[in-house]
Amino acid sequence: MGVVKLELKGISKAFGTFYANQDIDLVVESGQIHCLLGENGAGKSTLMNVLYGLYEPTAGQILVNDQPVNFRGPGDAMAAGIGMVHQHFMLVPVFTVAENVALGAEPTSFGGVLSMDETRKKIREISDKYGFDVDPDALVEDLPVGVQQRVEIIKALVREAKVLILDEPTAVLTPQETDELLDIMRQLKAGGTSIVFISHKLREVKAVSDVITVIRRGKVVGDAPPTASATELASMMVGRPVSLSLNKAPAQPKETTFVVENLTVRAANGTNVVDGISFDIAQGEILAVAGVQGNGQTELTEAILGVQEHVTGSVTLDGKQLLGLPVKEVLRSGVGFVPEDRTVDGLVGPFSVAENLVLDLYDQAPFASGISMKPAKVAEHAKAKIEEFDIRTPSAGSAAGTLSGGNQQKVVMARELSRPLRLFIASQPTRGVDVGSIEFLHKRIVAERDVGTPVMIVSTELDEVIELADRIAVLYKGKLVGIVPAGTPRDTLGLMMAGVGPEGGSDD
Amino acid sequence: MSATTTAPKSGSTALPAFRPSMKVPLSLGILALIALVFFGFLGPDQTAEMKISDAGDAVAVPALMIPGQVGGVVFGILLLAMAAYSIYLWTQGERSPKWLPIAFAVVFVFALLVWIVAGARQPSISLAGLVAGSVTLAVPLVFGSLSGVLCERVGVVNIAIEGQLLGGAFTAALVATMTGSPYIGLIAAAAAGAAVSMVLAVFSIKYLVNQIIVGVVLNVLVSGLTGFLYGTLMVPNKEQFNTPGRLDILPIPLLSDIPIIGPILFEQSIAGYLMYIAVAVVWFGLFKTRWGLRVRAVGEHPQAADTLGINVNATRFWNVTLGGAIAGIGGAVFTLVTIDSFTKDISGGRGFIALAALIFGRWNPIGAFLASLLFGFAYNLQSILGIIGTPVPSQFMAMLPYLVTIFAVAGLVGKSRPPAASGIPYVKG
Repeated sequence: MGVVKLELKGISKAFGTFYANQDIDLVVESGQIHCLLGENGAGKSTLMNVLYGLYEPTAGQILVNDQPVNFRGPGDAMAAGIGMVHQHFMLVPVFTVAENVALGAEPTSFGGVLSMDETRKKIREISDKYGFDVDPDALVEDLPVGVQQRVEIIKALVREAKVLILDEPTAVLTPQETDELLDIMRQLKAGGTSIVFISHKLREVKAVSDVITVIRRGKVVGDAPPTASATELASMMVGRPVSLSLNKAPAQPKETTFVVENLTVRAANGTNVVDGISFDIAQGEILAVAGVQGNGQTELTEAILGVQEHVTGSVTLDGKQLLGLPVKEVLRSGVGFVPEDRTVDGLVGPFSVAENLVLDLYDQAPFASGISMKPAKVAEHAKAKIEEFDIRTPSAGSAAGTLSGGNQQKVVMARELSRPLRLFIASQPTRGVDVGSIEFLHKRIVAERDVGTPVMIVSTELDEVIELADRIAVLYKGKLVGIVPAGTPRDTLGLMMAGVGPEGGSDD
Repeated sequence: MSATTTAPKSGSTALPAFRPSMKVPLSLGILALIALVFFGFLGPDQTAEMKISDAGDAVAVPALMIPGQVGGVVFGILLLAMAAYSIYLWTQGERSPKWLPIAFAVVFVFALLVWIVAGARQPSISLAGLVAGSVTLAVPLVFGSLSGVLCERVGVVNIAIEGQLLGGAFTAALVATMTGSPYIGLIAAAAAGAAVSMVLAVFSIKYLVNQIIVGVVLNVLVSGLTGFLYGTLMVPNKEQFNTPGRLDILPIPLLSDIPIIGPILFEQSIAGYLMYIAVAVVWFGLFKTRWGLRVRAVGEHPQAADTLGINVNATRFWNVTLGGAIAGIGGAVFTLVTIDSFTKDISGGRGFIALAALIFGRWNPIGAFLASLLFGFAYNLQSILGIIGTPVPSQFMAMLPYLVTIFAVAGLVGKSRPPAASGIPYVKG
C-alpha cells in the first residue's frame, strides 16, 4: 500500500444544531506525527471519528492520496490504511489478546473455523519488532492499561495501518508509560507510519510532534511548530492569554488537625483497595495525592467521607473520630468535599444552579425554617456565589446540567467552600475543565489553604499535583508508596506512581 | 456541633477477618441433618427396588435393592461428612470446591428418591425409565435455553422463549395436520419461532424498546393468539386442524439396546437427534468459529465490534432470529413428540424454566443443556412418583421442578457473569 497522505477538506459535523466540527481543513503528510491540540470538548475526537468512518460528516471531503473517499464505516477506513486507538479502549475484556486482534479480520480455515495460530504469530512478530512484550494468550482484562493500549496498536498494525490515530492515549498512563509510548510513536514514524496524535497535554505534544494543529470550539485556530512555547499553545487553545503558573506563596503549616491512621478499605472481592494508609495534614497545607487512576484514590476519599463500607483504621479531624459517623455528621464536622465525578456525585443535573448551591444546607437556617424552604434566601445566596465564583450561567434558575464542565465544577466548589471548613477535600478538581477555569479553581484552592484549612487534593494529572502540592503522597495499588515534599522531580514521582518507592526499591 | 469537644473514639473499628461466604457450608449442613432425620431415623421400612435395565434389554443388569431406613441413615451420614468437610474448609478460610455441592446434590437426590420410593404403595422404580423420560421432557427446555444462549450472547435478553415455544407448538400442530407431514410441521414451527423472535428483534434493536417488556408482551400475545385460534379453529375442527400425528422414533440398531444410555442417545425422534446436534453445533460455532467470535464480541462490547467493521445490529437481528427458530423446534416437540395435539398454553411455563437453565448453565450451550436435563429430571420425577403413589401430596410434587429451579439458580450458581452488553441496545456514537 505504501505511504498514505491524508487530507480533510472543509469537514463539518453537526449534532442537531450544534456544530462539533466546522469547516475543518487538515493535511496529514506521510511519515509525520501530526498533533491535534485542543481542550476537552473542542471537537478533536469527533473529527477523528469522522475520519475513521464512525460518523458521517455533515459536509466536506476526505482525500486519501489525493483521491476522494467515502467511508461508510470503520471497515472502509481500515481498508484505506487508517487505524485508530480510542481513548476508551475498544477491547473485549473477556477475550484473549489474540482474539481481540483477530476480531473483524479473522484468519479462518474451511467453514469459518478460526485459526488463531496465524494471529498469534503476527502478534509475536509485531511485539518483537517494537519490544511490546505482549502475550497473545493473555486475557485482556488481566492486563495493565499500558499493555492494553499496545494491544490496540497491534490491532491497527496487523491491519497494516499507514495512518494511526491516537485519541488522548496518555490519559490513562503513568509518566513512565507515557514516555514509552512516545518512544513507540517515534519508532512507528521511523517505520513509515504517520500518526495523528490527539492531546491536550502541552508537554507531550511538544515532545513528539512534527506539526501541531490547534482546534478550538470545533474550528481550526491555526498550526504551530513544536518549538512554540507552552504559553503560546495554551493561549491558542483557550483563545485568550493564559498564565500557566500559579505563583502561590510558600505554605505556612500550623497545627496538624487531620490525621489518618492505618486506613484500610476492603472491596467485595476480599482485596484491600486501600491498604493501611497513614498520613496527616496540617492547617494551611495542601497534601496532593498522586497516582494513576484506579489505585485506590476514589475509595480513600469516599472512606473519609463515610460512603464506603468495610473500612477499618482511624480518621480524626480536630481530635474527633470521623470513621463510622453518618455522612451528614462528617459534613457537619466541617468537611468540604468535591467528588471526582461532578455529574454523578457533585450535582443534581436537572436542578437549578441555585438549588445545587444549597444541596448541603437546604434544611438549615437561613435557607429553611421548619419544613419550608425560603426561596428568596436561596436566590440571594445564589446571586452572591455566582458573582464570587464567576459562574457563567444564563440565570440562577438554569439547570446545572446545561452548564459547561468548568462552570459546573465552579458550582460544586462554590457550594463546598461556602461553609466554614475544618478540612477541604477535592477529588480531580479540574478534570474536564477548560484551561481558563483551571486557573481560577486552583487559585480558590490555594486561597482556602491560606485561610488555614487543611486541604487534600486527589489528582491523576501530575501537572496539577506539582502545581498545587505542598507535600505529595503517591498511591499505588491501594498502598502509600511515600510522601515527598513539593519540588520532588517528575521522574521520581513517575516511578513512585509505578510502585517504586522514593528510595529506589520496589514497593510492590 | 463543635468538633473539638468530642473525645476521640478509642482506636479503630475492628472488622472480623475475611472469610468466604458461609452460605454453602451452612445450607449443606442443614440439608444433611434433614436427610439423616427424615430419610433415616424417621424413614420408611420398606425396601426400594431400583431397576437398572428393562425387561426387553439385550443386557440384563440386576436391580438395586435398598432398604429404606438403613439406606437413609447411610446416605445421611455420607451427606453429613460432606457438609462437615465444607464447614472445615470454611473455618480454614477456604471456599468449598465446586464438585462438593454437586456431589452433595447427587447423593441428596438419590437419598430423596429412595425415601420416596420406599414409602410408596408400590416400592419399585425403573432408573432407566426415569433417566430416559427426563431427557424426553428436557428436549424443549434444551432448545429453549439454546435460543436464550444465542440471544444473550449477542446482547439481547430473550424473555420471549415461552412465546417462541408456544408459537412453535401451535404452528407445528396446525401445519402438520394440514399437510399431513409432521416433518413439514417441524419446519413450520422453526419459522414460527423465528417470526416471534423477529418481532422481539425489531422492537428491541431498531426501536430500542425495553427488551424485558417486549419479551413479556410477546409471551402474552402469543398465548392469547394461539389460545384464540385453538378455541375457534382447532376445537370445532379437530380432524382438520389438530391431529398432527407424531414424529417417528428412529432407533439406531444395536446402539439403542445398551442399558440406560441406549434409549437416551439412540432411540429418539428426529427432534431428539436434532437437539444433540444443535447443542454441539452452537457450542462449536460460538467458541471455535469466526461467526462465534463476532457474536460474542457484539454481546460483550458492541462498540469495539463496530469499530472493527462488524455490523452490530445486523448480527444481533440474525442471531435473535436464529434463536427463535431453534426455540420453535423445541415447541414442536410438545405437539409432535410428547403428545399429538395442541392444547391451550401447552408450553406451561417451560420457556421460563429454559431461561433459568440458560443462567444456571452460565450462558454456555453445554451448561444450558446439562441444566435443562436437571430440570427435565425434576419434571419426570414428579410424574413417575405420582404414578407409583407416594405419601407426599401431589401439589408438593408439582412444585418440584420450580423448587429445583430456584435453588439451582439462587444457590449453586454463585456469581456467574452474563455477557456484558446483554439487554443494552446499541446506539452508535
